[in-house]
Amino acid sequence: MIEIDDIDRAILATLSRDATQSAGAVGKALNMSQPATWRRIKKLQDSGVLARRRVDLDAQKLGFGVTVFLGVKLATKGRVSLEDFERAVTAIPEVQTVQHVLGLYDYRLRVVARDVSDFERVLRRRIMTLPGVGNVEANVLLSEERCLGPL
Amino acid sequence: MLDDVDKRLLRQLQADPSVPLTELAERSKVKVGAAARRLEKLAAQGVLKGQHMVIDWSALGYSVEVSLRFTLDKTQSTAFDEFLAAARLIPEVVAIQTFLGVVDVRLSVVAKDMAHYQKLYRDQILVLPHISELEALMHVATIKSSDSLPI
Repeated sequence: MIEIDDIDRAILATLSRDATQSAGAVGKALNMSQPATWRRIKKLQDSGVLARRRVDLDAQKLGFGVTVFLGVKLATKGRVSLEDFERAVTAIPEVQTVQHVLGLYDYRLRVVARDVSDFERVLRRRIMTLPGVGNVEANVLLSEERCLGPL
Repeated sequence: MLDDVDKRLLRQLQADPSVPLTELAERSKVKVGAAARRLEKLAAQGVLKGQHMVIDWSALGYSVEVSLRFTLDKTQSTAFDEFLAAARLIPEVVAIQTFLGVVDVRLSVVAKDMAHYQKLYRDQILVLPHISELEALMHVATIKSSDSLPI
């Protein structure tokens, strides 16, 4: 864990909105030189705070009309290996995110599909056939917004 | 609609967003000039919306991540708007999603530790308006987080 100051916070806020800006452009908005800004960005990258870059694509325009979050409860805990389930679920291309959680469910999956019938295909052929799957709850995503977070 | 070259470009870009244009063109088997023109066109069409950096909150000391799933009291027509407006004011909320299904709204919340989370939960989450039911999934591990579309 690293300590960051207000300038670091401003850089994080800028880059979490738009990662395509150069260090010079980010620095200019903060009244800082290009090299000084670059050093700070480098430090934030090296410490893992700036984890990775993401491309923002319009899923609808690319023909992916439906995003569904699935809560998955494993049926026979103890007998089914978590590794087997995780390996199989990770390999499904339509599954964008897999999170191991504690609570009502064991895993939370983010699944993208072309439409509802395509989602049904993914659910029946891919998800329900995973090793150890028990109860599955589905919620269809209507809207999504990223927030700045505690900066 | 997109042709195979567009799809190759987007696939390669998703896989490695920080790749330089010349390298991206080579991996997609297209000339640099053509790649630049196509990316520009995809941006103009709104397919390619931009890029952002993902902040790893645990690297900043926020080691607790919780998914809070809300069912709202929908007898009041303003429930959604008022709930979302209030949720946006909480700094520790890093993402807001709305759903069709059992769950109405989900908030992704980060906290420094359990004591911080408990305080946040009592002072800011439980006072949000129009909550009918609330349940928490504690985040244990991220197994897959590509957010890539299977183009």
